[in-house]
Amino acid sequence: MHHFTPLSGLIGGALIGLAAAALMLSAGRLAGVSGILGGLLTTGSDRAWRLAFIVGLIAAALIGPLLGTPTAAHLSSSNLVLYAAAGLLVGFGSRMGNGCTSGHGVCGFARFSTRSIVATLVFMGAAIVMVAIVRHGIGG
Amino acid sequence: MPLILASFGCGLIFGLGLLISGMTEPEKVLGFLDFFGAWDATLAFVMAGAAAVAGVGFALARRQSAPLFASKFSWPSRSDIDAPLIVGSALFGIGWGLSGICPGPALVNVAGLTAPIVVFVAAMIVGMFGYGLWQRRSTVRDIAIGTGVVTSSDG
Repeated sequence: MHHFTPLSGLIGGALIGLAAAALMLSAGRLAGVSGILGGLLTTGSDRAWRLAFIVGLIAAALIGPLLGTPTAAHLSSSNLVLYAAAGLLVGFGSRMGNGCTSGHGVCGFARFSTRSIVATLVFMGAAIVMVAIVRHGIGG
Repeated sequence: MPLILASFGCGLIFGLGLLISGMTEPEKVLGFLDFFGAWDATLAFVMAGAAAVAGVGFALARRQSAPLFASKFSWPSRSDIDAPLIVGSALFGIGWGLSGICPGPALVNVAGLTAPIVVFVAAMIVGMFGYGLWQRRSTVRDIAIGTGVVTSSDG
């Protein structure tokens, strides 16, 4: 059971926004995680900064807890097929739609991009429907 | 080298923000997506805080002629709303709703090396490769029939 934690949400969110601002000001790049990872997998050039950003993300789970952040999530291994299916959908869909929660969600709203706001409403709507079906059997 | 260090630092801060906000916990994310259960609005505060700070940074960037460690700003160039945007976002949303995991938290959590996250990240990479292959095929076909479009990423 998780509770509403607006303060840690705002502080963590501000750090995410700071990272997105800093990546644009320093590297001229948008902090969209699916775009950064997808570009690392598919483009020939331009790999170093992408890899560095992803190594930074992973390092956060190792360094963060030393500074007092929560640890990485520990999930039960009971449903690996579900995680495989979800991972496939997230990977394929985020590339097809050109972005995910960070690129379309955070950065898209920050740029007032209609295209990204539409994408965000679509993926949030789809996710809300999925959770309603899985948890409450609504429409299923 | 400054570019690489800056990029690493941005990834690190981004990841710390995800951990502090609770967004690396799939249950917390699912709590936001669960409109018909005990709804947890935290994710909205995370996105609002992040978008507000990023928006200030982007406004500053727009007043610069070039970023500090690169030759130019790579702003997303597209504003059209096309079928791949809608279909891709819907597929992504289905996967996100099934698991409570999106790409950023997946990569932070992969450091824990637990089986579900490793499986998720491996499948996500396969899905990204799969889309690349599928897109290359359809691009070759589209160019052959004269409707090829060059796409760029929004992130």
